[in-house]
Amino acid sequence: MGKTLVEKIWDAHVVKSQEGFPDILYIDTHLIHEVTSPQAFDGLRKRGLPVFRPQQTIATADHNVPTLDQHLPIKEELSRYQVDMLTKNCKEFGVELYGLGHPYQGIVHVIGPELGITQPGKTMVCGDSHTSTHGAFGAIAFGIGTSQVEQVFATQCLLQQKPKTMKIEVNGELGKGVGAKDIILYIISKISAAGGTGYFVEYAGSAIRSLSMEGRMTICNMSIEMGARGGLIAPDQTTFDYVKGREFAPAGEEWDKALAYWQTLYSDEDAQFDSVLTFDAADIQPMITYGTNPGMGIGITQEIPTTSSQPENEQPSFQKALDYMGFHDGEAVLGKPVDYVFIGSCTNSRIEDLRQVAAFVQGKKKADNVEVWIVPGSKQVEAQAKLEGIDKVFEAAGFMLREPGCSACLGMNEDKIPAGKYCVSTSNRNFEGRQGPNARTMLVSPLTAAAAAVTGRIVDVRELV
Amino acid sequence: MKKFEKLASRVVPLPIENIDTDQIIPARFLKATTREGFGNNLFRDWRFDSNEQPKADFVMNNPTYQGKILVAGKNFGCGSSREHAAWAIQDYGFDVVVSSFFADIFKGNALNNGVLPITVPEEFLEKIFAQVFANPATALAIDLEAQTIRIEETGDEFIFEINPYKKSCLINGYDDIDYILSQREAIENFEENR
Repeated sequence: MGKTLVEKIWDAHVVKSQEGFPDILYIDTHLIHEVTSPQAFDGLRKRGLPVFRPQQTIATADHNVPTLDQHLPIKEELSRYQVDMLTKNCKEFGVELYGLGHPYQGIVHVIGPELGITQPGKTMVCGDSHTSTHGAFGAIAFGIGTSQVEQVFATQCLLQQKPKTMKIEVNGELGKGVGAKDIILYIISKISAAGGTGYFVEYAGSAIRSLSMEGRMTICNMSIEMGARGGLIAPDQTTFDYVKGREFAPAGEEWDKALAYWQTLYSDEDAQFDSVLTFDAADIQPMITYGTNPGMGIGITQEIPTTSSQPENEQPSFQKALDYMGFHDGEAVLGKPVDYVFIGSCTNSRIEDLRQVAAFVQGKKKADNVEVWIVPGSKQVEAQAKLEGIDKVFEAAGFMLREPGCSACLGMNEDKIPAGKYCVSTSNRNFEGRQGPNARTMLVSPLTAAAAAVTGRIVDVRELV
Repeated sequence: MKKFEKLASRVVPLPIENIDTDQIIPARFLKATTREGFGNNLFRDWRFDSNEQPKADFVMNNPTYQGKILVAGKNFGCGSSREHAAWAIQDYGFDVVVSSFFADIFKGNALNNGVLPITVPEEFLEKIFAQVFANPATALAIDLEAQTIRIEETGDEFIFEINPYKKSCLINGYDDIDYILSQREAIENFEENR
């Protein structure tokens, strides 16, 4: 019997498989950041251990950095201490750091791919659940906790149960104004925020194949929002073209060797998945969330479901979510006013996202009732945007182009949405308080966010493109 | 790591589905660089209002309900991988979380810190909630060796599943790093031969 892509990569990284124990899985690349690593470095110190393979470890500061005046010392004391601690730890343990001020600094899941660190066939982990992003290249990539960060530091390995596999096929052509973010929000709305738990998901089908690498990253990024530990897409010419020539990509003979291997990375015809789901791209319209988990999404022209249509024991939670959002059973979302628009996060802050937003807002201005924050994913994205004059388009539209970081996606720094305000956001989570205490988040694509920015309301972007 | 064998305790019921780790510990409290002290901010925005006053209608502020066991709706611990969620639960004083479904990363993080996540069927969970709301003094008895969870007042019992390796780690207080460090030679062999 053939193997799935996940099985091929997994099996190539098993150091030891023993009955009654999880597999010992070798990790090629370990990405770290300031928030989930300090306790792991501390653990090493207590055990008197070094980082086993520091050259396979890359650090950046992203979660807790300001997105204005990054050249100045961080004002907030605890944040400054945490970022300084990362610098100190990386120095002590010999780990490469792309910290504030470095031209490669940025959101950890943006810089890995753009530097060519993310490659097909690799195993990659990070103390961040959106590590699944890197699966877009045909890698096994997943988020881990801090105890596991310490484990990888100490041994370059992880104890892991082999996951179940799920294939999600999306076939057909996407409609005008519908993109990768809409695909993934649609899938999650269909299978729920827990529908992928226990699985690694392989995305396939013609609609997935037609996406750029940026689009594929958006899809894989949100795998965790349906509970899946990881998501991946078999590498193809689009993948190889993206990786080639990047800073840490193989070159010369090494490239040829790597490419020959990468071309074997696909699920065999007769491979067995534990679950297979199929969707039609033509059924997908621009999506938006109305509740407090990413599974609570609808097509933009649809109405919010009624509480009574939910399973009885889940009705209190559903009602609680609508109360939090200030919404009612059966209402339309179209036309609702918006207070903030956030375009950023590891889901949608890459150059393609910024280009798409800029192309849409060119010659337009933001609505008076909206504040618009654009947070590029990395220093390289920021530099490229400036090179292309995208910064000028945003400036003319009244959008604020900030500096790279996770920013209002999780509201850990000062980029918080005020209580009670509605934020149309290209990020990945609409949990209660995610963007600030009592902030109300509605997840959308960059294009729908741009449309909300210029109209000040929730609108169907298909009528504007 | 703390050892876990048996526990009999009253419970704190939280019948809400999809409790994410941002609720368990909001991001603004993740700035600490040690593992201690997160319990004060467990469920911060559900426990306290914007003036830092306890919200009377939240179960953790109701002295009727207390104990070392948290019982919650399905898909507990979804979202962010922050291990701070497990640290906060433990630091507050919970040794066990019971739900009908756990998110993967949270489950792993809990086990790695000696907090036992017990998955029970939906009907059993409903029984616990019904019993606890009818009689807040209701206790659950948990025996890890036997893998049983029992509602003391009614005698309802369920045999739960746990990975045998993880079970032995909890009972003996070992962590993964102790085991994996012992496999160093195999790891170096793997690196040389790939």
